[in-house]
Amino acid sequence: MYPEDFRYTKEHEWVLVEGGIGTVGITDHAQQELGDIVYVDLPKPGAGVERGKSLGSVESVKAVSDIFAPVSGEVTEINPVLADAPEKLNEDPHGAAWLVKIKLSAPGEVQELMTAADYQAYIGAEK
Amino acid sequence: MRYLPKSDSERRQMLDACAVASAEDLFAHLPESVRLRRPLELAPGISEYEIVDYFRARAADGANGYASFLGAGVYRHFRPVLVDTVVSRGEFLTSYTPYQAEISQGTLAAIFEFQTMICQLTGMDVANASMYDGSTAVPEAAMMAARITSRHRVLAARSVHPEYREVLGTYARHQGMTVEEFGYAQGTGAIDGEDLESKTDDQTAAVIVQSPNFFGVIDDVKAAAEIAHRRGALLIVLFTEAVSLGILEPPQEADIVAGELQSFAISPSYGGPYAGIIATREKFVRQMPGRLVGQTVDTHGNRAFCLTLSTREQHIRREKATSNICTNQALIALMATVFMTVYGKLGLRELALQNAAKAHYLAGTLRPAFAGKFFNEFVVRCGNPEAANRALLKKKIIGGLPLGRFYPELADAMLVCATEMTRRAEMDELSQTLRAAATAEVLA
Amino acid sequence: MIQKVRSHPSQNEALLFERSSPGKRAWQLPELDVPAVAAAEALGAANVRAEIPGFPEVSEVEAIRHFTRLSTWNYAIDHGMYPLGSCTMKYNPRINELVARIEGLAWAHPYQPEALAQGAMEVMARLEAALAEITGMDAVTLQPSAGAQGELTGILLIRAALEKRGNPRRKILIPDSAHGTNPATATIAGYLVENVKSTADGMLDLEALARLVDKDVAALMVTNPNTLGVFEENIVQAADVLHAKGAMLYMDGANMNALVGIARPGDFGVDVMHLNLHKTFSTPHGGGGPGAGPVAVKKALEPFLPAPRLKRVRGKWAWDYQRKRSIGRVRAFYGNFGVLVRALAYILAHGGPGLRNATVDAVLNAVYIRKRLEPYFDLPYPAPNMHEVVFSDERQARLGIRTGDLAKRLIDYGFHPYTVSFPLIVHGAVMIEPTETESKLELDQFIDAMISIAKEVETDPEMVKQAPHSTRTSRVDEVAAARKPVLRWKPA
Repeated sequence: MYPEDFRYTKEHEWVLVEGGIGTVGITDHAQQELGDIVYVDLPKPGAGVERGKSLGSVESVKAVSDIFAPVSGEVTEINPVLADAPEKLNEDPHGAAWLVKIKLSAPGEVQELMTAADYQAYIGAEK
Repeated sequence: MRYLPKSDSERRQMLDACAVASAEDLFAHLPESVRLRRPLELAPGISEYEIVDYFRARAADGANGYASFLGAGVYRHFRPVLVDTVVSRGEFLTSYTPYQAEISQGTLAAIFEFQTMICQLTGMDVANASMYDGSTAVPEAAMMAARITSRHRVLAARSVHPEYREVLGTYARHQGMTVEEFGYAQGTGAIDGEDLESKTDDQTAAVIVQSPNFFGVIDDVKAAAEIAHRRGALLIVLFTEAVSLGILEPPQEADIVAGELQSFAISPSYGGPYAGIIATREKFVRQMPGRLVGQTVDTHGNRAFCLTLSTREQHIRREKATSNICTNQALIALMATVFMTVYGKLGLRELALQNAAKAHYLAGTLRPAFAGKFFNEFVVRCGNPEAANRALLKKKIIGGLPLGRFYPELADAMLVCATEMTRRAEMDELSQTLRAAATAEVLA
Repeated sequence: MIQKVRSHPSQNEALLFERSSPGKRAWQLPELDVPAVAAAEALGAANVRAEIPGFPEVSEVEAIRHFTRLSTWNYAIDHGMYPLGSCTMKYNPRINELVARIEGLAWAHPYQPEALAQGAMEVMARLEAALAEITGMDAVTLQPSAGAQGELTGILLIRAALEKRGNPRRKILIPDSAHGTNPATATIAGYLVENVKSTADGMLDLEALARLVDKDVAALMVTNPNTLGVFEENIVQAADVLHAKGAMLYMDGANMNALVGIARPGDFGVDVMHLNLHKTFSTPHGGGGPGAGPVAVKKALEPFLPAPRLKRVRGKWAWDYQRKRSIGRVRAFYGNFGVLVRALAYILAHGGPGLRNATVDAVLNAVYIRKRLEPYFDLPYPAPNMHEVVFSDERQARLGIRTGDLAKRLIDYGFHPYTVSFPLIVHGAVMIEPTETESKLELDQFIDAMISIAKEVETDPEMVKQAPHSTRTSRVDEVAAARKPVLRWKPA
């Protein structure tokens, strides 16, 4: 369910690091909690983000949730699919509906995040 | 008491069901220190007839039977009888905010029509379901511009309604927004483009102009737009006399239109309640404050309406909301909707033309202080406006608004307004009296 | 067997623009008694607009049918109870509508000479005095247009007073049970919001408060009774804690319907509060507004009130603009006068004893509902409730039915839903406030409906999930409305 090569935050974001670039998304657990997603608010390419700070938000009809940056760096790309089809985030949160790509400024930060097993246990405990 | 639909025996039954000995016991858990242990010092309740008598006596102190030339943001217009017929229906009057769409389709459909008509009237893409009034729509529009541009300076024309500028100041102060004013041209009464140019920079979030402006002059929106946009600022255009949009070109150059709808069958009612609007371009919709009604379908595919984009609002976003506003002036907006329906495409134009005709007739007998084109209001210099108004009151005429209280440089002038309700005889009387007062001044 | 409603054909009706036809008209103006003007000449050719594209053209008959048909699709207080917690949906007395329309009041221009506005000013002065007496405060402003604006005014007053003392401070404390306008307001007033968690009993945590209040805290915004309908028994101590550190106590007056004639906020330590005239004082909701949000203050805050203020000069009312310390205006003119008239009419109709009786009935109604529904719905906080009661959907949630579903099924029984999902400290909240203007019959029908639904959850949960079944529209697709917003009609 939760890809082994991802790393996870307590706020239900994931990041996949490849060659200094982190692809960031929200987890399947998060999209389930949010319900039908209607809008995604993302930063512009070039924006700086700081680990633990909000980089945007995800909206359902009745709720808004901040997306917290799992790592610090500069936004290089945002997913063009989500502007017209926010529902993709419900359908494929770990794949086609990634949110942003970040050029890492402090690669060491990734070590402090949870593994898939840890995250699984974490959400199991939350229930 | 006639609004309390329980008999004493029913109260007794209910208390018994709750195993409570007396009604007073319901409050026994409150700390004694907070209890009010004396009756409220208010007279006992009175009958309907006495209530009507009380308010009739208060109304008798009013301006009944007086002609009036006051405008200045609140206008006398005929109120089609259908307006009160519709808003007096209990289904509209006593219904709640339409959060439960299935049993509020009446309110929702009417607001959807309202939003549409405001777009048609203003030339904008999207309009909200109304703000408290025009004066608070201005700071809401300014805050919207600040959010969109991430800038914090706002420039407001001095020819924007003075009380609206005061309200803008009250809100801006706490938003880290600075408000600066720019002047008007002495000759035309329209904005001073050079002054605006000199004050606009790349920290300006918005330029705010009013048209027709407080002096009644149709303002130079294009000039303001050119200056604002060149510096990356948004243009906010305000109107206080909605009837003007029946004949005047709406402000196509505006990024945000803010306005007051009181002219559309909303009683002057000593200052409120009124209804403001904010209308804007599609791309800014998520930054708009206030309620929005959207079209959708139900499970059978029938067209239906519901409140939407609620995540902008206070009840969801709380401290990150686009505004703290909760209400929309639904019933007032409905009055405006019925008004717009009754007059319609051609009627509103004819109404506006009548206003222009009356005011231009009046202007022909007096001399407007400003050369700029005007709609139904203009400024007249008359020596001592307060004295002139005293003379007019003796004839049961309320003259124009003496401007000295807002514009010291115009202390010798008054702002007069004529609408479709103003009679020729009243205008002739006004002119005559003003001329006589001016002459008396000269002779004195 | 559902007693309160039965299905009935209601007319369909298209949108105005779909009924329009060129040449139809509902208006007629008198002939001009002055010469007509050529628009281009009078106004400047560039300023003259083309026709308003798409604006409706219908006859008077069609206009009346249109709005009448629309109105029949609404539920309203005139139909039956709204058990909406924190909304105080009480009867809107019709005498209020009549007096607000009396010509001398309805046509009064805010700038007309004060000599011709004495009656209007007297109405406002009388209402200010009555509200001061009811709240136990020293001065009242009637300027704010609605509750949220009243809140903003109140917080700005606090800021001004603290600024005068040398330091406006940076934070406002807000309980996690608060209405959403509270944190939104604090932010607009330029303060940071810090949430105060409630105790396990859903009350204000006095210890947590004492720890949080420091020289950086400007105020605590509290609702009393709180959003659970429970009186904050530690309110006096909370006020003391705040005052000791130079902070103030703001009260959101949304729940005043539990207190009028029983307890006065001014007596239990509140420095500033707002009232909702469209809740406690019966002015009509009108489908979402207008309201009015007067603010009442203790003497220390009086100098900062919005200008102008009413004052007596040589036996007459006058507007005093010389208010050096005023926070300024929060709106043009003086306030929602038409709403103020209605509120005063309500107060005159009840009188002192009547207002107190209304409060007693409001609380009796809510306690009765609690008692009769307790066997069927989970009550998360057992403290005595006042004018409203908050259950949770916990029992029903175990069977897959949430508070929103229960609320939709209630519609089939002929009622408007209660307040769903608020306050946030109750998961799956079911918040019920009947108000005093509900009869025992209406209350019993509501109670029977809720009990019946609780049983339906056990026997036919799927049916409850798909409710409502008997309305003009079934559940609307709010997701589609938010994903692809269509906010106006457009020609095909």
